[in-house]
Amino acid sequence: MKVEKFLEVKEGDTLAILRNFLQRLLEKEIVEALLVPLEAPSGDTVMPALVKEPARLEKANPLAPVMPVNAARLVSSLTIGKPKEKIGALLRSCEIRALIELVKLQQAHLENLMIIGIDCLGTYEVTDYAKLLSEGGASTTELMRGAKEGTLSPHEGYQFRSACRICEYPIPKNAALTIGLLGVDGEKILIKAPEELAQRLELTEGEAASREEVIKKLGEARIEERDRLFAQFRERVVDMPSLLAQFSTCIRCHNCTVACPICYCKECLFRTSTFEHESDRYLKWARRKGAIQMPTDTLLFQLTRLNHMVTSCVGCGMCESACPNDIPLTTIFRAVGQEVQAMFDYLPGRSLEDELPLATFKEDELTELGER
Amino acid sequence: MNEDFEPKIVAFLCNWCAYMGADLAGTSRIQYPPNLRIIRMMCSGAVDPVYVIKPLLDGADGVLIGGCHPGDCHYQEGNYKARRRVAILKNILHQMGFDEERVWLRWISASEGQVFAETVTEMVEALKEKGPNPLKELWGT
Repeated sequence: MKVEKFLEVKEGDTLAILRNFLQRLLEKEIVEALLVPLEAPSGDTVMPALVKEPARLEKANPLAPVMPVNAARLVSSLTIGKPKEKIGALLRSCEIRALIELVKLQQAHLENLMIIGIDCLGTYEVTDYAKLLSEGGASTTELMRGAKEGTLSPHEGYQFRSACRICEYPIPKNAALTIGLLGVDGEKILIKAPEELAQRLELTEGEAASREEVIKKLGEARIEERDRLFAQFRERVVDMPSLLAQFSTCIRCHNCTVACPICYCKECLFRTSTFEHESDRYLKWARRKGAIQMPTDTLLFQLTRLNHMVTSCVGCGMCESACPNDIPLTTIFRAVGQEVQAMFDYLPGRSLEDELPLATFKEDELTELGER
Repeated sequence: MNEDFEPKIVAFLCNWCAYMGADLAGTSRIQYPPNLRIIRMMCSGAVDPVYVIKPLLDGADGVLIGGCHPGDCHYQEGNYKARRRVAILKNILHQMGFDEERVWLRWISASEGQVFAETVTEMVEALKEKGPNPLKELWGT
């Protein structure tokens, strides 16, 4: 049974209270290590770090609106060898959803892991965030004001990552412990936890009256923007020339694969020598078509990646952030994913119970396919 | 319809059913169009989408995947998984603006030499109707 309790914010310093809260998790040995974003030594970003020493949490910043990596990948590394100590992982919604997919893909384990979810207030590209910080923007006060009302508008002159602009899931699900910011009075932070755990954490009573309403309003706005982008995509991609246009600047650098929390093959076909062809072959193809684009096999790579992982795509948009040539991968993968996932009533990251569409089948489905 | 156009089809046939069906068509001297380039697979469930997409992008006019009838898979359930995979592949190709009807999945048993020959004939006819794969000419894949 989960209860909703609160942390009191003193003198408007939300970050200090959160750091203190995280320290308590370690000191009370609720977890023995914490995976949390720490302010990097460079001072212009945060990076996830595995923390053992509570004092190190003085640099923790789970509120920083930036996401250099989808931490589900890191949880995979931390748990694949079954850790002997209890690890707490502070994750956003898209990271938890990706983690659930990875568990189903047998690339992560939940034993000895406590998922700590936090409301996501939207993230900037890494370079934008660094610039914003140098200009003194993105202060915690500014963020918390938006969180209370659910008006998550980016700092003037900036925009959130495209994935965040169309994210209808800012609230974490499937977490053992949730840190709620949206629709909560600025003087408080919502902590949703099992009753027994809540007692150990010395929380106070209260209520977040407008939270449901704020979340609903935000979700509706995001879905409207999402559907607008999906409609644009569906109008734009109608035939083969427009298909080619989607990925024409792909250089098969595989950044999207590396950044993708889902792309699960330990040895990716596209990162082997399979596509290092003989000189004569390139020339043969060029002769046949008159010209071939170099590097070759870029569209093959993108279409294959879509086929392999789109059923599990959680829409975190790390692929697009990693793309050196700004291919609108978030919209492509989310729009295509929406239809493919709907075929099997599958929502990636929703539940551990739903079987991966590619790992199962029903005898009485798709019966027309294959028949004359 | 362009009568001179002879479509090129890449066929992935499962070792136990569709390939045996093709073999039977041959040993029974059943005539069928010579437009097929057959690749023998151990199971239709072993056909990764990348095998299908590659020839299509390189200009093949169609891809045929042949497997055992539902319930008859040599490996119990490979063809059911192939069916999901092909359904997803066709859906994605369609959404990405590619003519998904160039990809055919057909169940052909080892005793269905006639069915194999008829399937190939039908597919060649259908592809002649459609004309050549536009990617044969398009620059930029």
